[in-house]
Amino acid sequence: MRTVDIFSMAFVAIARNKVRSFLTALGIIIGVGSVIAMVHLGQAATQSVADNISQMGSNLLVVSTGRGGRGPGGVRIVSKPFTHEDVEAIRNDVRGVLVAPTVTTNQNLVHGNVNHNGSVLGTTNEYFPTRNWDLAGGRLFTDEEMYTAARVCVLGSTVTRTLFGGSEPIGQTIRVGRSSCEVVGILAPKGASFGQDLDDVVAMPITSVQSRIVGHRDIRTIFISAIEDGTTSRVHDEIDELLRHRRGSSMEDDFFVRDMQEVADTLEGTTRTLTMLLGAIAAISLLVGGIGIMNIMLVSVTERTREIGVRIAIGARVRDVLWQFLVEAVAISCLGGILGVGLGIVGTYVATDKMELPFLLSTEVMLIGFAFSVAIGVIFGYVPARKAANLNPIEALRHE
Amino acid sequence: MTAIVDVRGIKKIYGHGNTEVRALDGVDFQVQPGEFVAVMGPSGSGKSTCMNIVGCLDPPSAGRYHFCGLDIARFNRDELAMLRRHYLAFVFQSFNLIPRTTALENVALPLVYQGVKPAERNARALRALASVGIAERADHTPSELSGGQQQRVAIARALVTEPTLLLADEPTGNLDTATTEEVLHLLKQLNHERDLTILLVTHEPEVALHTQRVLWFVDGKLVNDGTPDEVLS
Repeated sequence: MRTVDIFSMAFVAIARNKVRSFLTALGIIIGVGSVIAMVHLGQAATQSVADNISQMGSNLLVVSTGRGGRGPGGVRIVSKPFTHEDVEAIRNDVRGVLVAPTVTTNQNLVHGNVNHNGSVLGTTNEYFPTRNWDLAGGRLFTDEEMYTAARVCVLGSTVTRTLFGGSEPIGQTIRVGRSSCEVVGILAPKGASFGQDLDDVVAMPITSVQSRIVGHRDIRTIFISAIEDGTTSRVHDEIDELLRHRRGSSMEDDFFVRDMQEVADTLEGTTRTLTMLLGAIAAISLLVGGIGIMNIMLVSVTERTREIGVRIAIGARVRDVLWQFLVEAVAISCLGGILGVGLGIVGTYVATDKMELPFLLSTEVMLIGFAFSVAIGVIFGYVPARKAANLNPIEALRHE
Repeated sequence: MTAIVDVRGIKKIYGHGNTEVRALDGVDFQVQPGEFVAVMGPSGSGKSTCMNIVGCLDPPSAGRYHFCGLDIARFNRDELAMLRRHYLAFVFQSFNLIPRTTALENVALPLVYQGVKPAERNARALRALASVGIAERADHTPSELSGGQQQRVAIARALVTEPTLLLADEPTGNLDTATTEEVLHLLKQLNHERDLTILLVTHEPEVALHTQRVLWFVDGKLVNDGTPDEVLS
């Protein structure tokens, strides 16, 4: 028997029962579709996390004072803040970094009759390149302004929009807490990162915030950017060592250095695990689809018992009958696989659109999904095919 | 000349001990090339079992069966399938055409298993349909054909491989008198013109009268072997 005839027999049988073939394949269609959609969604989520992190600045290290820990008797220990000298030491001793100490506080912002409760950030000009943040207009702080703790500020785009609406903010004065402050620049929109609006901020010289608003010189967070890619881990180690030495911490470190690369790796690891989990759950439906194929093929073999008897009587070999039914099952599951890939693409598109995730298709995922459908066809088609091939022709011909 | 069918002492026994059923209990006969033989006997006499063994669908429990001088016992499943594919052909009481498949495709099916290419397959199938006088129905499916027409298609399917032996199991059992005559006439014509050896199971004496020789079975034994006139009188 020619191979091409085995295939044409299978396709003729499928075409003869279009509706039933489709229903048989439906399990595979849904199974492959959901595997592809789930894995794609997981990958899109991973991508979105990576994007969020790179928006924060992927070479970014955030140094903060320890908050936790309990001393003897369960007394909460507040570790000591960083000083201006710590900042200078990092600036001088660690090579290839931008260092931006920060102080943040929430203040009432007023312009004209508009009130807005916003975040006030005291920092230095290095902060902006550290966070990959550009000016949209105006200027940053001058050295003199830094030195004299001048009442100047640079506005994030959300604050600009809220306080000024459409009018020109540069040169205007706003009130920050109890002190007035001249707007010298506007920041480009940065968007949201992990759900937090980064643009809802007023930046001022750190000296101004310390002396005029919060009234102390504590620095709790220092943003540091490794200028060259791939040096974050070296910078991380050097800062650790330097601060350990300067702060003379006895037992454990009373500060944290968080390296965005680390955070990114952790988060990507988590989303990857979730992707696998989603894919595995979807794969169960693929398995159920396979059982559906086996079921229908067994019914079909019983239904066509006489036909099989005739085929054996006119000279079909055991393997001819086996191949005929196996190819039929595999062809159904392949068709299911193809339609499933289509369904998966549509599903991914709809879901990523709704969830505002990037729409990315992976050829690899689609090929694996399709390969699964073929494998399911072979595995679950074998039992019915073997049943058909091993029918006793005399009993088969007598079958009603 | 080698006999087409040469069975010696064949038995077919189902079950064991008390429930043992001897469907065939030591049967000997030969069929020579070109013979047209009727196999007769009451229900359960073993005539169908005998046909299944001769058709290489069922191995005997004991005894020897030589087909054209070949000892069937030496053949494995695939080799028996090869014999059926090239040298044997079946016509059944209930036609057994494949449903929802055209007459032409039904007739061409044995050639598919022989590995013949489609163009030649269709040409030969059409010729076979023409030889049974039903070429104009080539595109019809079995459900669109009358019983007599279906049996003609089935005979065409049997002829398409140019077999050595045609086995017909009550081929007229589901047909009315007029079509029975037509089908028998066709078989006789094939026997005459092509020298085709035919073994035909029937329980109707009128059918057996068309043959040259009758084998009469009772309780799994061959009790009479002669011309229709001798056996049926």
